[in-house]
Amino acid sequence: MTEIRLHGRGGQGVVTSAELIAIAAINEGKYAQAFPSFGAERRGAPVQAFVRIDTKRIRTREKIYHPDVVLVLDPTLPKLIKITDGLKKKGTVILNSYLSEKEIKKILGNYNGRLAIVDATKIAIEEIGFPITNTTMLGAFIKATGLIEAKYMEEALRERFGKLAEKNIKAFHRALEETKIFE
Amino acid sequence: MKKKLIREVSLEEAKALKIRKKVAKEVSVAIADAVAQCKVDVISAYPITPQTHIVEYLSELVNNGELESEYIPVESEHAAMSACIGASAAGARTFTATSSQGLLFMYEVLFIASALRLPIVMVIANRSISAPISIWNDHSDVMTMRDSGWIQFFAENGQEAVDLIYHSYRIAEKSLFPVAINIDGFILTHVIEPVEFLDQELVDKYVPHLKMNYKLDPKKPVTMGAIGVPEIYTEAKKAQDEAFNSSYKIIINAWKEFEKLTGKRYQPVEIYKMEDAEVALVIMGSLTETAMNAVDLLRDEGKKVGLLRLRLWRPFPLRDFIKAIGKVKAIGVVDRAVSHGATGGPVGIEVRSALYQSNKRPKIVNFIAGLSGRDVTVEDFIELFERTYHAIKTKPTFSYKIYGVKE
Repeated sequence: MTEIRLHGRGGQGVVTSAELIAIAAINEGKYAQAFPSFGAERRGAPVQAFVRIDTKRIRTREKIYHPDVVLVLDPTLPKLIKITDGLKKKGTVILNSYLSEKEIKKILGNYNGRLAIVDATKIAIEEIGFPITNTTMLGAFIKATGLIEAKYMEEALRERFGKLAEKNIKAFHRALEETKIFE
Repeated sequence: MKKKLIREVSLEEAKALKIRKKVAKEVSVAIADAVAQCKVDVISAYPITPQTHIVEYLSELVNNGELESEYIPVESEHAAMSACIGASAAGARTFTATSSQGLLFMYEVLFIASALRLPIVMVIANRSISAPISIWNDHSDVMTMRDSGWIQFFAENGQEAVDLIYHSYRIAEKSLFPVAINIDGFILTHVIEPVEFLDQELVDKYVPHLKMNYKLDPKKPVTMGAIGVPEIYTEAKKAQDEAFNSSYKIIINAWKEFEKLTGKRYQPVEIYKMEDAEVALVIMGSLTETAMNAVDLLRDEGKKVGLLRLRLWRPFPLRDFIKAIGKVKAIGVVDRAVSHGATGGPVGIEVRSALYQSNKRPKIVNFIAGLSGRDVTVEDFIELFERTYHAIKTKPTFSYKIYGVKE
């Protein structure tokens, strides 16, 4: 089972990202579970959402304390909160940032694990027209984890976004190509 | 909320494939879809977290013309239940959903719905009761209607929530009692997971068109809810009580029918690894899934532990329960609500009382856990199992204990 924690700010579509990951995984024939951090979310405030993916039925309802993957939509968050909190030893951090690997690792408190970086804000502005990175970061997620085939994510994006789907799919593909992984 | 319906394969496709494909759905949306499949005539509800997505999505279906129902937006939950009562009395298939304070606000009319024998189906997205204000999950809301004469189920996951919708319409309309389906708020309502739906054809067969023999009809006037003077009130209550208890058979039959149609088996009490169990926990709702992991881990260590889950809470499945406990030496009852000043939580009290009617005398410890969404983890369940083990050899020093209190 892979457990994923998503970080963003209220209004950035963090919950949607989590949902799309689960939908794509289920459509691929896997089992998945997506849920928000239950509470009073506010626009602009740091929020989290969670996903579990497995090849067999998922039978747990506890929160995710030790994620395998942390996916961060908002570039300002790593400075404000400890996004690696509880991350498994062999876990992966996926970040939206224009900073270098070195700079990021320093911000993450000399983080030494697996890291994936993409400048999703730039991609989102260029492809979608505004700096909402939730669909772009799905490309980074798939590149970094290889958990779901890209075509199932495309399908999920198309279902969810209708007319806006093509722009989002384009941003998603650019992230698939532009995400850099540091082992 | 603009939640686009994630389309499942069409009926034709499903039939061609001869499979029911699992689709990814938020459980609230899946519940709404199942309600729509049951072709309800009247929906009346008032929004309250965490139930809102269910009726919000139903209102979208009605608005889009995908569901031909009368959707009655009301000013309160009291009015929502009253509208369902009126519609149901006139012979309509009805649906409503609520949570927490909303359920308390409709409390007065709940008893009227059951005593008038109206087959209303309601989903309760279980949530704590104020004060302190809490939107999170426990079972304190539904426990207030324990004695209301409603048939009450607890769902373990999204799939069961969907299936229970189908079951409930069949059961309600055959027994002429209202049914409440309990779904853990947030833990289930706000989760996306795979669910499968019955083909519409099967739903139509399983939940046929409602035809009530006694209904409000100007051409054939009847009186409903007349005054119960002391000379007849006792008899009326006795009749209601007997009918309610005999709804058990209708529930079992509905599940047998469902098994014939789908191959899926539903029982009043579900057991997990109970065959040779020495110690068992009794749980209701979605936390059972988490507890299964604790059972697996403890079994790996050679500990003979098992789980009992009450799917049916009212009428209480006494015989099934006594049979299900097998030869356990100790039972830990995990309640999700406080009954202030009582000898235990509502389920704990029930279990103790039930066992007094049998010769079995396992030790019983009663925990109250997971109040207001406090996470109950696999580790917590291991701890609860260990404490229950402890009770085999020691005399319990407490009648019940609120578990996980920060000190």
